[in-house]
Amino acid sequence: MYETSYHRPTSLSEAEALMGADVDAKFLAGGQTLLPTMKQRLAAPSALIDLRHLPELKGISVEGDTLVIGAATPHAAVQTSAEVKRTIPAIAKLAGLTGDPHVRHLGTIGGSVANNDPAADYPSAVLGLGATIHTNRRTIAAEDYFQGMFTTALEDGEIIVKIAFPIPLAANYEKFRHPASRYAMAGAFVAKTTGGVRVAVTGAAQGGVFRATAFEDALGADFRPEALDGLSVDADDMLSDIHGDSAYRANLVKVMVKRSVAGLL
Amino acid sequence: MGIEGIGARVVRKEDRRFITGKGRYTDDIVLKDTTYAAFVRSPHAHARILSIDTTAAKAAPGVIDVLTGADLAGDRIGGLICGWMIHSKDGSPMKAGAHPAIAHEIVRHVGDQVAVVIAETKAQARDAAELVEIDYEVLTAVVDPAKAQDADAPQIHPEAAGNLIYDWHIGDAAATDAALAAAARTIKLDIVNNRLVPNPIEPRVAIGSYDEAEEHFTLYNTSQNPHVARLVLSAFVGIAPEHKLRVVAPDVGGGFGSKIFIYPEETVCLWASKKIGGRPVKWTSDRTEAFLTDCHGRDHVTRAEMAFDADNRITGFKVHTIANLGAYMSTFSSSVPTYLYATLLSGQYAIPAIYAEVEAVYTNTVPVDAYRGAGRPEATYLIERMMETAARELGVDPADLRRKNFVKSFPHQTPVIMCYDAGDYEATLDKALAAIDYAGLPARKAASLAKGKRRGLGFSCYIEACGIAPSQAVGSLGAGVGLWESAEVRVNPVGTIEVLTGSHSHGQGHETTFAQLVNDRLGIGVNNVQIVHGDTDKVQFGMGTYGSRSGAVGMSAIVKALDKVEAKAKKIAAHLMEASEADIVIEGGEVKVAGTDKTMAFAHVALAAYTGHNLPAGMEPGLKESAFYDPTNFTFPSGTYICEVEVDPDTGVVEIERFVAVDDFGNVINPMIVEGQVHGGLAQGIGQALLEGVTYDMESGQLLTGSFMDYTMPRADDLPSFEVSTTVTVCPGNPLGMKGCGEAGAIGSPPAVINAITDAIGVRDIAMPATPSKVWAALHGAA
Ligand SMILES: Cc1cc2nc3c(=O)[nH]c(=O)nc-3n(C[C@H](O)[C@H](O)[C@H](O)COP(=O)(O)OP(=O)(O)OC[C@H]3O[C@@H](n4cnc5c(N)ncnc54)[C@H](O)[C@@H]3O)c2cc1C
Repeated sequence: MYETSYHRPTSLSEAEALMGADVDAKFLAGGQTLLPTMKQRLAAPSALIDLRHLPELKGISVEGDTLVIGAATPHAAVQTSAEVKRTIPAIAKLAGLTGDPHVRHLGTIGGSVANNDPAADYPSAVLGLGATIHTNRRTIAAEDYFQGMFTTALEDGEIIVKIAFPIPLAANYEKFRHPASRYAMAGAFVAKTTGGVRVAVTGAAQGGVFRATAFEDALGADFRPEALDGLSVDADDMLSDIHGDSAYRANLVKVMVKRSVAGLL
Repeated sequence: MGIEGIGARVVRKEDRRFITGKGRYTDDIVLKDTTYAAFVRSPHAHARILSIDTTAAKAAPGVIDVLTGADLAGDRIGGLICGWMIHSKDGSPMKAGAHPAIAHEIVRHVGDQVAVVIAETKAQARDAAELVEIDYEVLTAVVDPAKAQDADAPQIHPEAAGNLIYDWHIGDAAATDAALAAAARTIKLDIVNNRLVPNPIEPRVAIGSYDEAEEHFTLYNTSQNPHVARLVLSAFVGIAPEHKLRVVAPDVGGGFGSKIFIYPEETVCLWASKKIGGRPVKWTSDRTEAFLTDCHGRDHVTRAEMAFDADNRITGFKVHTIANLGAYMSTFSSSVPTYLYATLLSGQYAIPAIYAEVEAVYTNTVPVDAYRGAGRPEATYLIERMMETAARELGVDPADLRRKNFVKSFPHQTPVIMCYDAGDYEATLDKALAAIDYAGLPARKAASLAKGKRRGLGFSCYIEACGIAPSQAVGSLGAGVGLWESAEVRVNPVGTIEVLTGSHSHGQGHETTFAQLVNDRLGIGVNNVQIVHGDTDKVQFGMGTYGSRSGAVGMSAIVKALDKVEAKAKKIAAHLMEASEADIVIEGGEVKVAGTDKTMAFAHVALAAYTGHNLPAGMEPGLKESAFYDPTNFTFPSGTYICEVEVDPDTGVVEIERFVAVDDFGNVINPMIVEGQVHGGLAQGIGQALLEGVTYDMESGQLLTGSFMDYTMPRADDLPSFEVSTTVTVCPGNPLGMKGCGEAGAIGSPPAVINAITDAIGVRDIAMPATPSKVWAALHGAA
């Protein structure tokens, strides 16, 4: 790791001011992505601005038909939250499938969504439920937020404050773990909403999280795994590496979506 | 046996220290005025070093010196050696290329060290390492052992034309060819044994410290055999004569073979300490460096053919193996694919004719050397995959085919040097068959199918050779050292005991099992025994721990020393109690006159030995004895492993439903520790079969599986609850009748797993690691 300095602001405005004063600084949340990158000397921020102590980024609440999760909430808190389990248990399940206990107690939802790793779990729930990202500057719809692997609509210095998930009729998440990293090799978030069926897939595609619209249409008409027989996602869009080629990943996507659907019957 | 004697499940004495974080590992040692080394490593698999500019690095904050291969050569520091001479078929010695501790002129694998920065802090050393400017001319690289001898492959060492290190053979070619020609059926199999990264939890560390006043060096390192390290660093590298070099290997967090070897960083830290005026130089590997520089294991490409007569008896076995030794020949690399591999090709079977050829090649990859099992896993994988394939193709039950061909009388001389001394292969097979409920398999397969799954079962009847080894025998086969072990038993005046051993414990539990042995003999309790190891200043000499030798060889040396201690103690006691020496017995911490009520505490005898006030005439005071034990043969642990898997055809995921391991380790000192060794070995073997495997980019020679994000280590939830048990045939070759248990799990398990998977999905072979994507592709005909 290169030398850096560490700041612990206690309000959003203080964090913004710190970032405004140093273009090479970076926000730090759970550090589960940023710190390993720094240890490998692949990132060298001049300063780390810790977001975990900003009151605006904390807490889980239910506001009407929306579940709101503060950006600094660690995965373990989401996994065990009574509000989450009562309203959208699929998100609690997803959080519990993320990383290991150590990672879940440090890694945060805001960090995960800001980072937008193509194999991360949370993006599938955000897109699958059509959630809204609230930042210190604006609100961003999930559809506009994810822009390809490791790329998002966030501007320099923009902070995710909270994420608002519309509560669906029902939802489920099924994940096929990458054998080594245990990130998602294919993660399928399926939601039944008043607006129809939504299917978001993470881990498998070159462009990061995506909606499997053909699957959505088929399931909208017939909400059973068998409805997907004969359909497939395009293998050309899938990732291919030493752990699985694109044909295998395309297969996994379908299998995971089917299992996710089966879990809702 | 008593509650702390041989055969008792004594809780490991060392675990309190380890579990509470009080272990003292090399990295915990911080000497006064320590400096830190950071290595600049080659980003290329094969390149010529055109220039190295250290100016900026030398000027960086905190930098004390920056040293290169030219400096090393200038100081006439020798290269590293391979300590086992193998001769090719034509009688010529193996073609070993130079192995400088810092690469000079040419780099030969990604991670090869090119320069070292010594600085006040670790961070400063690393920062400055990035400032060393190196110009490379990139050369083509070859990483695939099967392609190393191709005409267009780059020449890696000038000494080894065509990258061929040796072309060795064993057995009887003519008899084997005749058997194949006359066979009723022959079965052919091409097998790859995948390359593995050992990944002990503690990475390697070296601290070199030069004492200018004494002209004396100390090396603290993560070693499985500190005395061998001292010998090599003295006699070959030329750091200092042995009496001027102390090597200390304190608590070591696992090795699995990878810490047997003498590594370049150790030489560099010692040499650099002197070069900078005597301040200690410390290097701690990070995980990336561990992937790039710890010796890897396995990496064989084999073609084999087995001959059967009309009655399904094996009549011949012919094997051709290419072994990848990587970019340099590591300390024992040459012996692994030869005398530790091909000598086990008879398996548990009576095979009249065997012929094996082994070509060892250089490639632009990390050096390959012994890794848990060292050669025997490769042999077992080949034989047991072959037996299962043969059974399927001959249309017979795989257990029956094995049983028919088992060696049934002992001693049994194989055609490949080894002479099996004792065993009962049917006993382990029968016990394993009963445990798995073999008869119920068809019903279980049907039940799986009904759920849309595929079930399969695979056997592995392994044999291996431990307790390496009779010195004269290994000497005649090319070993540069003798493979005896030493022990010293020091009885203190108060009757407590220190046992100094040349073995080295890095997870095996010697502090407990060795103490159990002493307690078994003297009855003084394991807590009155201290095991001392890992320091060349304390233990006079020893050969270290690997090849499951610490019990069969190391403990046998302790037995010999204890014999001498007992004999002297009895003489003293007989004198003190005015009895005949022949009537003295030692038990429960007491020295007694048999048939009388005369007794005295062992401690009393010890005190008498040291006061010297009343000893038999002419006897020297003191109670301390040492011994060297040279084994008479290898030992031959064997067993039957049965793996039952269920495959999910939708995803290719293999679930291990059952894993039964029945081992014959001879006599067992501590069943709990033995079970732990088997569990760990099984995890590594299953890891090889399902999860672990090195992938290099074929063109660039970059290591693609260079971190835990891509290299799949086995985790607890990848593994079933193991069903382990033992049978016992006593080993006739050593006083304790024990065989060794440290590697069996890793040796026996891979073929059982692959046999089960191929049974489940109905394919002839699947390459290790059988990852979900490979299994899925095989099921869908794409493999
Ligand atoms: C061993 C291991 C296993 C893992 N397994 C999984 C897995 O299975 N599935 C999975 O999804 N993830 C996994 N992760 C990732 C982990 O779950 C975290 O979600 C992820 O590392 C990012 O969250 P963080 O809080 O640690 O962010 P950090 O590492 O602190 O930050 C990541 C990036 O986001 C930025 N950032 C952080 N918070 C905000 C914010 N509020 N607003 C704007 N920018 C912000 C930072 O500046 C940085 O660029 C794993 C990580 C590890 C180390």
